[in-house]
Amino acid sequence: MNFSQLKGKALAAVALAATGVLALSGCGSSSDGESIRIGIKYDQPGLGYQDGRDYTGFDTDVARYVAKELGYSEDQIEWVEAPSANRENMLVNGQVDMIFATYSISESRLKTVDFAGPYFYAGQDLLVQQENTDITGPDSLAGKNLCSVTGSTSAKKIQDKYSSTVQLVQQNSYSDCVVALNAGMVDAVTTDDIILAGLGATRANQGELKLVGNTFTEERYGIGLPKGSDQCADINAAINKMVETGAWEEAVEKNVGASGYVYNAELNPPVLDSACATVPAQ
Amino acid sequence: MSFSEQLSTLFATYDVLGAFWTNVQLTFWAAIGSFVLGSVLALMRISPVPSLRWAGTAYVHLIRNTPLTILMTLAILGVWTQFQLSLATSFEWNFFIYAAIVLAIYHAAFVCEAIRSGVNTVPVGQAEAARAIGLSFMPTARYVIFPQALRGSITPLGNTLIALAKNTTVATVASVAEASGMMKSMIEFNSDLIFMIFFVFAMGFVIIVVPIGLLTTWASRKLAVKR
Repeated sequence: MNFSQLKGKALAAVALAATGVLALSGCGSSSDGESIRIGIKYDQPGLGYQDGRDYTGFDTDVARYVAKELGYSEDQIEWVEAPSANRENMLVNGQVDMIFATYSISESRLKTVDFAGPYFYAGQDLLVQQENTDITGPDSLAGKNLCSVTGSTSAKKIQDKYSSTVQLVQQNSYSDCVVALNAGMVDAVTTDDIILAGLGATRANQGELKLVGNTFTEERYGIGLPKGSDQCADINAAINKMVETGAWEEAVEKNVGASGYVYNAELNPPVLDSACATVPAQ
Repeated sequence: MSFSEQLSTLFATYDVLGAFWTNVQLTFWAAIGSFVLGSVLALMRISPVPSLRWAGTAYVHLIRNTPLTILMTLAILGVWTQFQLSLATSFEWNFFIYAAIVLAIYHAAFVCEAIRSGVNTVPVGQAEAARAIGLSFMPTARYVIFPQALRGSITPLGNTLIALAKNTTVATVASVAEASGMMKSMIEFNSDLIFMIFFVFAMGFVIIVVPIGLLTTWASRKLAVKR
């Protein structure tokens, strides 16, 4: 048996499992009393965060708004944790209907899933201690200690493009990085600005940490959908409405505003057409 | 993409062999460390001094029943971050040494028990004879008990070594750039090749672990004490 046959069988098994799940939950895209399963992060304060029995953050607020526009009330939403490495699989296997989880639209992901949006333009930035003045951007990092999450895009970019003399710590979560930053063992934490803003906006870190505010990449957060989805137009219309009514702005301010974060106003807020997201030609 | 195209894409983009080499190095150093520490612990547990026996037993029970991930996190977030104890100036070495030490500490508990099971294969008459010719505890252990006990514990020691080789993936928690961390980056950047990625890493560990198993089976036959 060659590999493609093997892969075919694995996919068939996955599809079978997915059908089982569908049959059990009686799920569909209709909104008459059915629930909608939305994948979010559980461990990112300010974006997707499980706070006791509550789910808070910008991603969850956008998800609630979109779900409402699609005809689902708040108690019809079933939140599911979508860790970074599992996101594509969860969509392909039908474990979730859509994903709002700081999910950057990328070429390799577009091969297996579709994206609506983007609903936010983020960019990679640095989080430092409040009194730090010598780190002003990616070019001032030579010889500094930097923290990011294992396997993330951000860490690799710094080492490849900017400074090879940067010493890198890779942790399991950004919260662990902030622990090391507060203790002074690393000089900066790097990832998308809005994620850093979420960390900086928590009660313990307010006034202790600040964003450098010199973004050096462009990440487009999309809404992950199964391949071939017909929901892009509806979701994009919901995002446009959210921006027009000011609910989008309000959600940003409420969730990450306390860190003093200002989003990139050249790109935000997004204005969307009805098509699914694609990767712009480089 | 075909099987070979996917494979070459992954190997061209990522230093897969380098990542596995880190695991092999971790296994090597942690194996030496845990063997030395484990032997001392085994000696303590069979010694005639009650306080040493108690300390050895306490170590084994405490360490063996704590998840390795927790020990690793404790070393990095607790010792390195809070007590600010650096073991080397370069981060790369600092974390490697931390990971090797934690792996050694953890597996020493299992090595100790493996050696103790070997000690139980040595007939009690051997120890009695050694004492009868006037050897005290240390010479008895050193010249009579341990040589026989080690030969009897090769199979359980081999099992511990195999577990250690696979447990080196936990070092990713301690920020060591090894295979499982690289797998995370691969899934992040090449999520469309996910089946291939799993295949590569599963095969990598099979290639590392199978020889250990074959070697210990061979050695346990070859070195067995004929009774």
